[in-house]
Amino acid sequence: MGILVDGDTKVICQGLTGATATRLTERAIAYGTKMVGGVVPGKGGQTHLYLPVFGTVAEAVSETQPDASAVFVPPDKAAAAMIEAIEAEIPLVVCVTERVPVQDMVRVKGALEGSKTRLIGPNSQGVITPDVCKIGVMPERPHMPGRVGIVSRSATLNYEAVDQTTTVHLGQSTSVGVGGDPVYGMNFIDCLKLFFADDATEGIILIGEIGGTAEEEAAEFLKSQNSKKPVVAYVAGLNAPTDRRMGHAGTVDVFGGGGAADKIKALEDAGAIIAPSAAEMGTTMRKALGGR
Amino acid sequence: MNLHEYQAKEFLKAYGVPVPPGIVAATDSEAADAAATLGGSSWVVKAQVHAGGRGRAGGVKLVKSSTAAGEAAGAMLGTRLVTAQTGAQGKEVKRVYIEQACDVAREIYLAAMIDRSLGRVSFLASSEGGENIEETAQANPDNIHKLVVDPNVGLVPTEVQAMAEDLGLSGAPATATAKAIEAVYKAFTESDASLIEINPLAVTDTGEVLALDVKMVIDDNAVFRHPEFEKLWDEAEVSADEIEARRHELNYVHMDGNIGVMVSGAGLALGVLDLLKAKGGDAANFMDVRPVATRDQIAAGIRMLLADTKVKALLVVAMGGGVLRCDTIAEGIAIACKETTRHIPAIVRFAGTAKELGELALQNQAVGVTFAHDLADAAEKAVAAVGGRG
Repeated sequence: MGILVDGDTKVICQGLTGATATRLTERAIAYGTKMVGGVVPGKGGQTHLYLPVFGTVAEAVSETQPDASAVFVPPDKAAAAMIEAIEAEIPLVVCVTERVPVQDMVRVKGALEGSKTRLIGPNSQGVITPDVCKIGVMPERPHMPGRVGIVSRSATLNYEAVDQTTTVHLGQSTSVGVGGDPVYGMNFIDCLKLFFADDATEGIILIGEIGGTAEEEAAEFLKSQNSKKPVVAYVAGLNAPTDRRMGHAGTVDVFGGGGAADKIKALEDAGAIIAPSAAEMGTTMRKALGGR
Repeated sequence: MNLHEYQAKEFLKAYGVPVPPGIVAATDSEAADAAATLGGSSWVVKAQVHAGGRGRAGGVKLVKSSTAAGEAAGAMLGTRLVTAQTGAQGKEVKRVYIEQACDVAREIYLAAMIDRSLGRVSFLASSEGGENIEETAQANPDNIHKLVVDPNVGLVPTEVQAMAEDLGLSGAPATATAKAIEAVYKAFTESDASLIEINPLAVTDTGEVLALDVKMVIDDNAVFRHPEFEKLWDEAEVSADEIEARRHELNYVHMDGNIGVMVSGAGLALGVLDLLKAKGGDAANFMDVRPVATRDQIAAGIRMLLADTKVKALLVVAMGGGVLRCDTIAEGIAIACKETTRHIPAIVRFAGTAKELGELALQNQAVGVTFAHDLADAAEKAVAAVGGRG
């Protein structure tokens, strides 16, 4: 089955007529994603890639009943686009936009509260259930339908994990990027819960990196679970260049958290199997699932 | 982007945060004149660099005459100030800020920041502010008070007042602190700040509240809508390398090793640095290429790596995605490598979108690179090329 998206997921694209959005939507259609329309303010009534274009998300919702929206909108307008989709009660919103101002995301988080929407991103490659549905900018080729759920902050480390799990013939149930920004939608815990409940997912690869406390929080969550599904974790940044920070607020707030070593320890203590390097995520999962 | 103390104070003052009278100076005579203009009997001369820990590092001097202010400024200007937050090379002092000194009864710590886990603006405050705040916070975490702002509600006046009282304040100082918190919140949201830290927020002998030191950071992703900050870039303390990288939309940080590294994606770049270390090598830099990079931007990045004489080998790791293709990266590598006279080993690992096209492009153009088949192989070949740790 996989999580979040399947063969019946109907998808609209906000920003459909942009050059990148056009190219990515063409690829999504070719991959099998059920694209049903687009939203571009001022272009309602047009047709693009044989899809109907609407001026607002609300119109697109009433005409096409989408399950998901892909937000391919520039950073200055991305928050407004996400909020419009949340207010139109689209169940899943995926934002790939990089460099969205962080206080815009504070407003988006405010809009998400109590809403019917799950947000992936921003600054995420998106979500893919191999050979079934892709919403995002990830390369299709390394993916293979299979047994491992992948969730990451970094897109390119996610592709590595995909490539490696394909190489060891495990494949992926679904692969999700929570995004590389400080304030974002679904987090590790949200995805872990879905993967634990998903029949197709036999093991989970969680890919973290320095900064923030998402890995520590995921570790706390893992401690509270007694799932038999192995969780393989990799955290990048043990040898990152030293952060040139200003002031004390970061350290005062987290009391030394946020470093790769602390995150690795927290995840290991919570029962996760640590992949020794970015090159060994697939082989570590192979072993965890009883392979040779 | 980081603001200097004097820039941040000027900004906060406009929002009604009380700050001492002050003047910025670039020479010793300007500093002496500033003290005379400000009036009073004692002044503080403060080095303007983007780093905390200036007090302990000798970047803050109390003086009793305008002549002494000039001398203190002269001793700081042009030197490199090394603090706990600057790294060993320190930061050059190009300006000093002269302020009237005041008698401090109490030092409070107050910061507004983005709480990443909650995705909200939050305030941290402690009644024990000052230079030792980190140690104090670790020793006595109960004395750090937190106020989280619901974006759908805004700042709640009773919560603000409660925070002021949690700091052990009452009467006029409590009211003044509450007003300062409200002003900081307005400044924070309207400026797209990611940090405003006032340490200390002084309560004076006369019960006044004054922001004595301010650290302020603006969200780089929001500077596009703040021309008032964009013009401050020329004073930003960014190395020439980083400015060059910025011009080409590359994310670059100089490091101490001898393997020049370019990677698509920050997370994978961190992973590559860790792998190099594990295989016995050291990266000369962190360089992350954005998905929307062009071949010219890639070429500019490779040129930067080649221009660093410490770099003895290049390692390019690219995972082609839905936007960035390996052949684009290959074209960039070819442009830079064909024009250079510096021939050093180059290891390339392509994967994902247009991997074969990328490899073919480099072969066809006779750019002598060694291809690696996976991440571990790439790291091993790069370390072997420089003969291990340099």
